[in-house]
Amino acid sequence: MVGITSYGAYIPLYRLSRDEISRAWSRPNAGGEKAVANVDEDSITMAVEAVIDCLTGMDRELIDGLYLATTTAPYKEKLCASIVAVAADLRKEQFFAADFTSSVRAGTMAMKASIDAIKGGSAKKVIVAASDRRVPAPNSEFEPLFGDSAAAFVFGDSDVAVNIEGNYSISSEFMDIWRRDGDKFPRTWEDRFVLEEGYQKLLQQAVSGLMNKYSLTPKDFTKAIFYAPTARSHAAMARSLGFDAKTQVQDPMFATVGNTGTAFVPMMLVAALEEAKPGDKLLLANYGDGADCYILVVTEQIENIRDRRGIKRHLASKSILPNYEKYILFRDLMEWEFERRPPAASSLSWIWRDRAQVYRLHGQKCRRCGWVQFPRQRVCINCQAKDDFEDVSIADKKGNLFTFTHDERAMVPILPEIMCEIDFGDGLRLYCPMTDRDPEKVEIGMSVEMTFRNIHEGADAHNYFWVCRPIRC
Amino acid sequence: MAESMKDKIAVIGMGCSQVGELWNMDADDLIVDATYKALADAGVELKNIEAAWVGVATSCATGASISSPLQLQYIPVTRVENACATGTEAIRNAAFSVIAKVYDLVLVVGYEKLKDSGFGGLGRGGVEKPHPVYGDGQAVGRGPGHYALTATRYFHRYGLGPEEGKGLLAKISVKSHYNGFRNPSAHLRREVSLDTVINAPIISWPLGLYDCCGVTDGAAAAIICRTEDVKTYAQNHKNDYITIKGIGISIGPGWGKQSMEYDFTHWEETERATAQAYKMAGITDPRRELDLAEVHDCFSISELIVYESAGYCEKGKAKDYINGGAFIQADQPRLRGLLGDKEDEPLPMEGQLPVNISGGLKSFGHPVGASGCRELYEIYTQIQGKAELPSRQLKTPKLGMTHNQGGHPGKFMCSSLIAGLPE
Repeated sequence: MVGITSYGAYIPLYRLSRDEISRAWSRPNAGGEKAVANVDEDSITMAVEAVIDCLTGMDRELIDGLYLATTTAPYKEKLCASIVAVAADLRKEQFFAADFTSSVRAGTMAMKASIDAIKGGSAKKVIVAASDRRVPAPNSEFEPLFGDSAAAFVFGDSDVAVNIEGNYSISSEFMDIWRRDGDKFPRTWEDRFVLEEGYQKLLQQAVSGLMNKYSLTPKDFTKAIFYAPTARSHAAMARSLGFDAKTQVQDPMFATVGNTGTAFVPMMLVAALEEAKPGDKLLLANYGDGADCYILVVTEQIENIRDRRGIKRHLASKSILPNYEKYILFRDLMEWEFERRPPAASSLSWIWRDRAQVYRLHGQKCRRCGWVQFPRQRVCINCQAKDDFEDVSIADKKGNLFTFTHDERAMVPILPEIMCEIDFGDGLRLYCPMTDRDPEKVEIGMSVEMTFRNIHEGADAHNYFWVCRPIRC
Repeated sequence: MAESMKDKIAVIGMGCSQVGELWNMDADDLIVDATYKALADAGVELKNIEAAWVGVATSCATGASISSPLQLQYIPVTRVENACATGTEAIRNAAFSVIAKVYDLVLVVGYEKLKDSGFGGLGRGGVEKPHPVYGDGQAVGRGPGHYALTATRYFHRYGLGPEEGKGLLAKISVKSHYNGFRNPSAHLRREVSLDTVINAPIISWPLGLYDCCGVTDGAAAAIICRTEDVKTYAQNHKNDYITIKGIGISIGPGWGKQSMEYDFTHWEETERATAQAYKMAGITDPRRELDLAEVHDCFSISELIVYESAGYCEKGKAKDYINGGAFIQADQPRLRGLLGDKEDEPLPMEGQLPVNISGGLKSFGHPVGASGCRELYEIYTQIQGKAELPSRQLKTPKLGMTHNQGGHPGKFMCSSLIAGLPE
């Protein structure tokens, strides 16, 4: 049977307290906090994090394809899934990658496509990542609501941890939230129309359709995982569907993360799976331009995929932004006068030549002396042997901080930029910035890991690369 | 075994342009001023120059960058570049041509015009074209950050707390500003106190504003010939010319930032380049044998580690020597006071080697391509006893050295030149 064989998630380190949004705009305070991507994070980089978490303990060579679901693709034209796949060091040959976009339901759409691909025999294992970093307009209803996150699942037909035992979908043309080409912020229509005529009716219709199709009642499910635009509408939907709010409803994390768009329902599913026991039956119901419903049944295999950062560990590892103004800086919501410096530059042909280093963070190991080096060399920096190297991955290595500086004059939005020399063993040392860090806690000898980030906009393109960060969690 | 170049080349005239943030001067002005001063000093006419070498580090210049402003008439002009070693590299190549007797009388010009970019610090790039993502591609003026990495590590290795480390570096900057204040030609002429240096805004921790040198426009020029021909060409300095005792250049393989081998607390290229120069010059105990040294203090930590890597003191011992007053003139009560010492007590350390009596890159300024020539100009002037003000004239110096290192720790282009009175 086809089902989920692994799961993973990513929540950015930074959180913004809703007190701060309330303070900034003198608006009512919904309470809690929302997850905020760092300045160097976008839907691609968060998807990479979730995918790598999801691939913990798995052979990456066995993955046949990757689907990326997002409404905030960093490229309007140009595949984003291919960047996620290469950063996750997935296979090159006999591999397919595709983006699923334009609806917050894109995550379950991609799930369906991957299940169908496996059932149809064109793939054995497909990874689906759902990631969103939606930017709500300042002082809007959406602003306190929207958070940033990502989740990922591997679908396959062996070692299945969660069987897919049924599904029911509705497609609907309904304008509740949209962005036209060129719109920076999401737009919407009058809230009662959007909720009562759209969300409430459509999701109930889809869940009823599923229940009728498989002759099930709410009592048959251990947990219900379903979309809702707000905490209030989520609670109301639980009542309408007939689930017991205390025992049967998966926490939608409005108080801790926010509505994370395409990642929202997938994240709730990851959280549910972290707690699930073999035999549990889960309802998964996603909404957006229609609805997708799934019946999921947890197997014994779930116990073998526990060791992940997932939701729980990522949630516990956080740093609260000091104020709303910092959030404005993070999301680039004002015009800034930077110091007069030349504009960012890049070379896309150069990056292409070095793609194994830039995207996969492959270094090379000298076959003569064993010295690992980055960037690539023709002649070994240790023994001067020529052209005698093999590729090695650095992305999953942990290193120690050898030395560092707080650069207060760097051309980055968040100062200081902490430039580091990281020792990885086997001779390898890397020079890179440190992200997601508290400058006060940076010290020689600390452990760091590598993370894939969007580091600048030279050549009018996103320039992705790996930087270090303190071991996250 | 190749021959040493010791005493084969004579510097018979030198000139230095105004240096500083020269908004009203362009490269042509700097080149013409420095060259005509050198010609006048030597008593040589431009038309008698047979070939020229020009050193400039940061722009896509050619030989025409000096032949046009000087209106050189179809003679060979070669542009050289080796980061901050550029000026000395120009002298070295010009010297080789004269030693080889291809030419008899040649001109060397080092210059840099930096202050037209619209921003502080140096421009993008530096040593080589940076990688678009993992190089310092966007890191404009990251020199402070590169050197700061070594300061952090030096403090860690030798157990200096942040305050102690910054205090030690501050002494170097206070000394350089004291010297530069007394040099009418310097760019940043201001005495500073230890507190000012320590509490200055941080540029790249632990380096603050006063740990960093100026970004300076300027040019320096030299006229050279074979020592045996001095009487023919040197109209004004038939007896008080100086000779080159040795030149060392070391270009590292550049893996310092990529290999766990590098300790970030010594300058390997400086050790190698100074060893070459000392060997040619026959120097074995530089601190006692040299009378003055102009060394590369783009940042205070650079000079501190030069003390050790150029062999002025043992590794890890710079603190003792700085605190012992090893690198200042013996009789400078005001400076002793600025450094927090008792003004009238004798210096605890014997064998003073005044370092950066000009003010150094820190206070005199760092017109990159000119700096090697400019440092030699200081040696030349001091040995001739012609320092502008008596207060900064050393007593009968005979032997001095210059030192420059370009690039960044782990990837240096280093030069060192020894010059002095002919033997």
